Amino acid sequence: MGHWSRAVWVLGLVALALFPVVVTSPAYVAIGVFTLIYMACASSWNMFSGYTGYIALGSAVSYGVGAYTMALVSIHANMAPGAAMFWLVPLGGLVASLVALPIGAIALRVRRHTFVVITIAIFFVFQLTAINAGFTGSTSGLILPFISWNESYYNVPFYYVALGLVIFATILSALVRRSRFGLQMLAIRDDEDRALGLGVRTTSVKLTGFALAQFTIGMAGALYAMFVGQIFPQFVFDPLFDVSIALMAFLGGLGTLAGPLLGALILESFQQWLTLTFSNSSLYLILFGALFLLVILFMPQGIVVFIRDRVTRRAAREKAAVAAAETTLAGSRA
Amino acid sequence: MPILSVSGVSRAFGGVQALQDCSLEVAEGSIAGLIGPNGSGKTTLFNVVTGYVRADQGTVRFREKEITGLKPNQVFALGIGRTFQLTRIFERLSVLENMLVATQRREGWLRGLTRSKSSPEEVSTALELLDFVGIAGLAELQAGALSYGQRKLLELAYVLVADPQVILLDEPAGGVNLTLINRIAEKIRALNAQGKTFLIVEHNMEFVMSLCDRVTVMHQGSDLVSGAPEEVRRDPRVLDAYLGGGDDELEEVAGG
Amino acid sequence: MSGSALTYAIIDGVLTGSVYALMATGLTLIFGVMDIINIAQGIFVVLGAYLSYEIQLHWGIDPFVGLLITIPTLFVVGIVVERAFMSRLKGPEKTAMSILVTYAVSLLIEGSLNMIFSVNDVQINAWYVNRSFKLFGVYFAYIYVFGFILAVVLLTALWALLYRTRFGASVRASLADQTAAALIGINVRRVATICFGIGTAVTAAGGMVFGATNAFNASSSYDLISRLLTIIVLGGMGSLGGALVASIGMVMLEDVVGVVWSPVWSTMTFFIVLVIVLSLRPQGLFGKQLARTA
Repeated sequence: MGHWSRAVWVLGLVALALFPVVVTSPAYVAIGVFTLIYMACASSWNMFSGYTGYIALGSAVSYGVGAYTMALVSIHANMAPGAAMFWLVPLGGLVASLVALPIGAIALRVRRHTFVVITIAIFFVFQLTAINAGFTGSTSGLILPFISWNESYYNVPFYYVALGLVIFATILSALVRRSRFGLQMLAIRDDEDRALGLGVRTTSVKLTGFALAQFTIGMAGALYAMFVGQIFPQFVFDPLFDVSIALMAFLGGLGTLAGPLLGALILESFQQWLTLTFSNSSLYLILFGALFLLVILFMPQGIVVFIRDRVTRRAAREKAAVAAAETTLAGSRA
Repeated sequence: MPILSVSGVSRAFGGVQALQDCSLEVAEGSIAGLIGPNGSGKTTLFNVVTGYVRADQGTVRFREKEITGLKPNQVFALGIGRTFQLTRIFERLSVLENMLVATQRREGWLRGLTRSKSSPEEVSTALELLDFVGIAGLAELQAGALSYGQRKLLELAYVLVADPQVILLDEPAGGVNLTLINRIAEKIRALNAQGKTFLIVEHNMEFVMSLCDRVTVMHQGSDLVSGAPEEVRRDPRVLDAYLGGGDDELEEVAGG
Repeated sequence: MSGSALTYAIIDGVLTGSVYALMATGLTLIFGVMDIINIAQGIFVVLGAYLSYEIQLHWGIDPFVGLLITIPTLFVVGIVVERAFMSRLKGPEKTAMSILVTYAVSLLIEGSLNMIFSVNDVQINAWYVNRSFKLFGVYFAYIYVFGFILAVVLLTALWALLYRTRFGASVRASLADQTAAALIGINVRRVATICFGIGTAVTAAGGMVFGATNAFNASSSYDLISRLLTIIVLGGMGSLGGALVASIGMVMLEDVVGVVWSPVWSTMTFFIVLVIVLSLRPQGLFGKQLARTA
């Protein structure tokens, strides 16, 4: 990691940590909480889909499972409303990962293109179950124990827990990227059959990566449920969630560490701001669609790669020149 | 005792009988050649041996142990490495990372998760092998930027990482220049001198005849003739097989 | 289960299923030729429905006659989308990118439709929409029968195009193997553009029937696309016959489950069947199984 990129990371973290101190308006801190939740999810999604190239569009299953874990446990265990409920956040992640194991075992049997569609199908199975089953409260949803924190202060603990999730997801992604396991996922992305032929146990690598990625998403869902206090099946199992986090990762830069974070930061805060300002979701759809198409056309690799390429263009050119020289050398040696 | 033996293997794809009662033996420490017209089943045989394609019938043995039906990763772990006709490398990884993908110790998946990408010894082994094939200077380059010939060398190098006893090469001399062909032949000889066994599919007759101890000719999914290079060259059935190929071109286009 | 319910399920499966087959054929054709998963197919259907609705409302043109306008219109929309966006997708992530790009196109159209038509449901109306006739003791709604005939006519026309023309031969060659098709001199790019146009154009007809049999708004596209996707996956991606069988099977299954159990679970059953089928046969019912090293 170069000095510059390290400085950008530190600055970003400081800015995020200071945000609720500087901007005290509860409405904006709430936007911050939602944005951080999406950043954690996009980063985690990228850790599986970006690394392996298996685009999953059913992440809302994990989000919903996490949310329902929080809601059902806090309600049925008669928990005292308050900070103790934060302990259910990791539980939500754990349950989401466990649920992901059989899902992954089925979905990862199929080829890459079919995988996308089967994750959508499994998502609908969960959504329809949640809407129709009794224990989920059906369409009227579930109300969680009411947390009576002061209104001006209410959002702040959630903000920092969400920031914790973002940091967790980022560090996990970085560790995985450096591990042999991460290298195997990247090899699968480039040529799965070849990786298998070189001894990589592709099935278990994919399944592990998939279940691991669902952990943070499940935690984010649990935190969301606690934050909003009431959940509905159609909002926690939301197809827009699936596509949003994928779009965020693509927008920022698929497979990169910073890309999904940046993509989520831009898109989610933009959406929240639009909703707050215009209360017109149609306009948002149009702007969202147009923005994404522009990105695809002008920087198909995502914002981070686009910027990195500009910044390091000269260095890359030098490197290419060296490589070319060495190639010639290698050729002449032969 | 043959190190690798294929007996009576058949395999059909839809209506096409790609392999028909095919048998083959490769002696330990030898360089065996596999030739035949396009579509005669050479690559399919490779795929069956390395676990990419299941055999409908017949058995594959490695050191007397039956390996029929094992998965590609298991076959690799036993010590049989292979390259592909069209080179298959991990284009978005660096050359060194390509090597490290193949650096597999037998470890649980949890260890893979907690371990760093490579130990210093693994990196130095990888660099040694890259140096052996002559592309160590390109270790940090993204593999997608390699030329076709360099890809062939990289593929050979990362197959060697796991120190396999048998190496299957699918057209190592295909589409590369004469200098490189000679270099590849030289590397094969050097490795063979260290005791590695080779099975090579190749169209370049000169390459096969000069390198191989024994050559098997395949025709319509079966082994037609086996013998020393000169014997095979003189066998009239071999010429017939090549001339009577018929719709070869079509299959070549389809990648057969 | 009573016999009449089964009869109903079979009839509905064939009638409604054929309309789904028409829409799914467009989707699977696009995938087979271009490796593109067109998420916008759902919103194209809705767009087709709105066009038919508007043409009838303002110009008094019967929706079936209006197809003479809406089919060419959507063909052009398809061509424009393909040229503007799809043709730019390249490289190993092409299919994944296509999902997101077509989804973005879909959002753009959805937002525009919401602004123009509001989110209130509308339905296409004509004399045959709410009337039925009795044949062999079974009631047939005119619109379903007409929709069925339309789907059969268009599917036959598509079949004739694919199997009886030179262009069709190029398409089939591209479906079988794009690289090989390019090698024998087929202009795969042009074939792809036209296929995308055709794949989009069929949604005009599907959308008209959908809009006459359902109250719809722009967000109906989500339900449509999830069904169409599962149909083509179940049938085997790129398989035209598979799309037909899976469409009819889907509607029949939903009807049967709706009668014997509860309509609440009928849609879900279909998704569950999909999951089960795929875990046994990952390539779908009629998909080609690719050799691993192909």
